[in-house]
Amino acid sequence: MTTQPATTVGEALRADNITIKFGGLVAVDNVSFVIPENGIVSLIGPNGAGKTTFFNVLTGLYKATSGRVHLGGTEVSGLAPHTIAHMGLARTFQNIRLFNLMTAEENVMVAMHSHMKSGILSTILRTPAQRREEAQARDTARELLDFVGIGKTAEEYARNLSYGDQRRLEVARALALRPRVLLLDEPTAGMNPQESARFVDFVHRVRDERQVSVLLIEHDMSVVMRVSERITVLDRGQNIAEGSPDDIRNNQRVVEAYLGKTGTDGYGSDE
Amino acid sequence: MATTTAAPGTAAAAAKAHTTNRKWAVGLLIAVVVIFLLYSQILPNAPADVQTFFRRWLSVSAVNEAVLWVVFALGLNIVVGYAGLLDLGYVAFWAIGGYVAGWIMSPFASSMYSSWGGLKVSILGRPPDIEGLDTGIHVNFWLVLPIAGLFCALWGLIIGAPTLRLKSDYLALVTLGFGEIIPQILRNGERIGPNGVFNLSNGDKGISPVDPIPTWPISYIPGVPDELALKASDLPYKFLVYCLLAALTIFVSLRIREGRLGRAWLAIREDELAASMMGVPLMRTKLSAYAVGAFAGGLGGVAFATHVGGVFASRFDFAISITLLAMVVLGGMGNVWGVTVGALALAWINSTGLEQVGQQINSSFGTDIDFPSYQFLLFGLILILMMLFRREGLLPETRTRQVLQEPERGELESVGADLEGEPK
Repeated sequence: MTTQPATTVGEALRADNITIKFGGLVAVDNVSFVIPENGIVSLIGPNGAGKTTFFNVLTGLYKATSGRVHLGGTEVSGLAPHTIAHMGLARTFQNIRLFNLMTAEENVMVAMHSHMKSGILSTILRTPAQRREEAQARDTARELLDFVGIGKTAEEYARNLSYGDQRRLEVARALALRPRVLLLDEPTAGMNPQESARFVDFVHRVRDERQVSVLLIEHDMSVVMRVSERITVLDRGQNIAEGSPDDIRNNQRVVEAYLGKTGTDGYGSDE
Repeated sequence: MATTTAAPGTAAAAAKAHTTNRKWAVGLLIAVVVIFLLYSQILPNAPADVQTFFRRWLSVSAVNEAVLWVVFALGLNIVVGYAGLLDLGYVAFWAIGGYVAGWIMSPFASSMYSSWGGLKVSILGRPPDIEGLDTGIHVNFWLVLPIAGLFCALWGLIIGAPTLRLKSDYLALVTLGFGEIIPQILRNGERIGPNGVFNLSNGDKGISPVDPIPTWPISYIPGVPDELALKASDLPYKFLVYCLLAALTIFVSLRIREGRLGRAWLAIREDELAASMMGVPLMRTKLSAYAVGAFAGGLGGVAFATHVGGVFASRFDFAISITLLAMVVLGGMGNVWGVTVGALALAWINSTGLEQVGQQINSSFGTDIDFPSYQFLLFGLILILMMLFRREGLLPETRTRQVLQEPERGELESVGADLEGEPK
């Protein structure tokens, strides 16, 4: 697609040797990670494994103690979150974070902010260029809302949407950034099995039709196993396994991380 | 053209919003014309007791002041209502705007520094014809407006740059301090620099007289009768000028709200973290809200100086910031028309309303209560009651009212229970 240094062709996002310490606590320990172009990758691990912390480093919310993050061949570590977002990293939130007292359409248009140009004066004077830009943004927002299947709710306040529609709106909003990589933070939380199954198809559709790479943090193993092309497992801040769903399913360390070592009471050993 | 493909729903909703705006604009315009005719044509010829009644309950000066409160309240509304940044020191911009008028619209500049005694500058201005008062700098009122606006916006940036990184509680405290510091500097700014050679603000004595609103450029607008131009500084005519400023502030508020910047402000108000994750640069966007709000404060400050005929530092106290905040909250944060009405209502209570109502109560019940002294008790009560029972303000948009009065949908439904329908 775009021109990139030869070394990173095929890599939408690359994190090298990421370490994050909070005081004496090592939350993420030397984790390296690659999201291939147009891939669907999952990050799993028991609670407290450091998944969300790692996520927050990618989006620029936390600064890594050491390590680098490259987005499409450009180093983004240390940049402000809004800059990283503009460069093509979009996300949804585990606990839905929409702009509640704005309409669904406006929610999506906010994410186009960094790709729009109109300033204060042209907005006050409503210049032809500004009107054109607004109309185009509105059309794009409509199109995205249709794409995620909530086109009818464009005029509703985000707060009034049903839970499922709010999740979809978050995806539409993230896609409005025209991202290279889409991060989904526990997207099926609160869904029943049928909804989760449909969600798997939805993720494939997003990837195929919007040409984005997808990274999921997910607890629902049936979703993870069906949606992912590759899976990375974190435990206590460390990358303990990486591979295809089948590899991970049969990996002894992963089973131990989730269930504890054979012979213990199932609540995990403290070694 | 891509511009014509917007879905019908959008057009309908936008049209609805525009109708609401038009209704309000026309309504207020009619009110302005009626009030102007009342005070300029009808009242001067009315019986004495009618005149007395109006002077007590709603003098033209009180009306003028109320219109200026609208300008300030709308400026604060941009910061608090749109961008959600609690600003407890907005009075500082009012003061700075006022002192800009004091510096370049009065004889004062000639006494700022010992060697400036003979200073006589006039830029389309209206220096008084009185001997001894024609020195100083006299810039035309209409030019001072943008100068003061920009100067205040600059101060907004200077104050905002280090403080807007703070979380909201701390920001409120810092702005509170700023709102105290600026008036204090102006109150004590009589002798600054080595040996106190520079007189920045004339201290507690304040700066007066400030030039009245000049006939230029009104007298040059074709079709304007000489009578109107010559009377530009008469009270009912000043009312028109102030209404023009208020209209400008309303117009700009509404326009910005519907554009890229307005959406970014609201997004920050709703969820700062999510906004930054969606590519909205927090600092720059907050600073722009601060600067635009401060600009309005500058406009109002200059106009207020012409209303009072001077600038007096002791008037710029914390109470003003709180009153403005009460106006914004009463009207409905972020709602331009609501804030306009809220400002007019509280300004009236502030000037003549409370006093007159109090006198009526006192004379009917034989009590002797000093009602105006309970003014801030009343404003505090308004703030508390509004927050408890009517967060959306007195005049919310219909949809906001529904949203804020109904329980949140998520609270009603079990999570995810109604996710339905395959995306098409």
